[in-house]
Amino acid sequence: MRAFAQAPATLLFDDRVRVYFSTRPEPDAAGQYVSLGGYVDLRRDNLFDVVAVSPHPVMTLGGRGAFDEFGTYPMTVALDGDVIRAYYGGWTRCVSVPFDVAIGCAVSRDDGVTFVKQGDGPVLSADLNEPFVISGPKVRRFNDRWILWYIAGTKWIATGGRAEPVYRIRMATSTDGMQWTRLHTELIPPRLEADECQASPDVTFANGKYHMFFCYRYSLGYRGRERGYRIGYASSTDLTTWVRDDAKAGIDVSDNGWDAEMISYPHVAEIDGRTFMFYLGNQVGRHGFGVAELEGTLA
Amino acid sequence: MKWTKRGLLFDPTLHTLPGGCTEFAQSPQAVVFDDVVRIYFSTRRRDHDGQYVSQVAFVDVDRDLEHVREVAAETVITPGSLGCFDEHGIFPFNVVRHDDAIYAFTCGWSRRVSVPVETAIGLAVSRDRGRTFQRTGPGPVMAATSREPFLVGDPFVRVRDGRWHMWYIYGVRWMDSPGEPGPARVYKIAYASSVDGIVWERSGEPIVSDAIGADECQALPTVFECDGLWHMYFCYRYATDFRANPARAYRLGYAWSRDGHRWIRDDQAGGIDVSPEGWDSEMLCYPHVFWCHDQAYMLYNGNAFGRQGFGVAVLER
Repeated sequence: MRAFAQAPATLLFDDRVRVYFSTRPEPDAAGQYVSLGGYVDLRRDNLFDVVAVSPHPVMTLGGRGAFDEFGTYPMTVALDGDVIRAYYGGWTRCVSVPFDVAIGCAVSRDDGVTFVKQGDGPVLSADLNEPFVISGPKVRRFNDRWILWYIAGTKWIATGGRAEPVYRIRMATSTDGMQWTRLHTELIPPRLEADECQASPDVTFANGKYHMFFCYRYSLGYRGRERGYRIGYASSTDLTTWVRDDAKAGIDVSDNGWDAEMISYPHVAEIDGRTFMFYLGNQVGRHGFGVAELEGTLA
Repeated sequence: MKWTKRGLLFDPTLHTLPGGCTEFAQSPQAVVFDDVVRIYFSTRRRDHDGQYVSQVAFVDVDRDLEHVREVAAETVITPGSLGCFDEHGIFPFNVVRHDDAIYAFTCGWSRRVSVPVETAIGLAVSRDRGRTFQRTGPGPVMAATSREPFLVGDPFVRVRDGRWHMWYIYGVRWMDSPGEPGPARVYKIAYASSVDGIVWERSGEPIVSDAIGADECQALPTVFECDGLWHMYFCYRYATDFRANPARAYRLGYAWSRDGHRWIRDDQAGGIDVSPEGWDSEMLCYPHVFWCHDQAYMLYNGNAFGRQGFGVAVLER
């Protein structure tokens, strides 16, 4: 692997915090990347102390023609008894648009070092009203139900060059983690423009409410500071009705440095009474991820 | 079973086709009206890259299946949108009359980079006697799942006893095929059911045994009931060298069942094979069986996957 540490997702162990992320080897002759999952272990009482780095990717790419032949990004993890479940965006390459994404599931029985895919195909793919780009999974377990927040594409914008997708935050529930029932509605209304793109819907429960941090940007021209990703916030008491209030996100781009142009892919984790946010900076994680600590409480 | 071939019923090269199409009339599928039998088929135009795009049209024939009356002046469904599962064509197109509407289960094609194509099954509805169909949504009703990783397609749907039943295919692997344009696919026939035609339950298992080895490709099932049994025709071929080599090209397979679920394959009993010469002498594919006037008819394609159109055969009882 050469660069990128995208879409951090944490798992707590006794002495360490394991942070999964997606990384990339050198691009191929055509300049195209594949994306693979790895992890870094951080000392639980000092997150800036790196204890270990995964020796190899935690799962393999899919076979020829499979939905995840060209990437497994992002991934999200959750404990399920004595196994660890992972959901991930599987990437395939298309002709009229650059890619499509569907969500796969994999299970680890060795404390999260390697994951075995649950079948060669996806557990959540395009359906009647979610026609493409089913991606960005974040899995949680609330009230004995599995809940998957994810994004679904609503349209591809033909730009004259590379087509650009618009995607929005959605949700599905499951009792077994394999068969999912979708809510079939967009959870977060757009704020920037009708074609606002939203990603990384990361939900935590605290103080009687559900808190969602996510990222959003303009649909086009988003690679610079002006129209690039920012972190948004919404809250809910019932998991399905959300009130967006980005002012409450409490985090913005820095004046200069690695996160001065954009901030994205938030993941919030409570660790020993402290609340941390892991997130990406410029170029969507080319230079890695950072961490911020919440001052006060989620309310 | 015994089928008597009547010969070529519709030759697309003898007619003006809609949508800029000039040849191919593939996978004929019938809806029986009081006055005519409307037969849908997929025909092809070339896009700006010179690649084929399948479009759906129909031809009306007399109820005796002898004479062509009218070819559709327009294709019956618009092309799929950018990035959608059916952006690069619909083939085949399975029609079901139910209540006051005609439902079409579509096999949508979209192009891929490492393999030529991916497919999924969509649903469209017509309320003008099948002249135009509107999609029920931009996406598919049946796409890849954990057990059916790609190439979900070739739907054949019937409503019976208040339930929707679908026989269809899914891909099990892509494999190397040296000397041919792109890798070869292997696909098998499976079954799904639904209460509304939109949400489907499926087991992700093949339901028809292989006759020519594990790499046998099974396609386009058509199912009907006759004399107390369920009957299925489909086409099957070798995975490679099937385009130009008649010995490895599509033939019609046959299976029967007492309950519609457990199938006994018996191609010998199918009662239809390639002709000694002519338009269906090298290949038989894309069968479709339907009833009209208490007579069972089979529509099917011959050589070159239906470039020269489709024929009809009559079930002798």
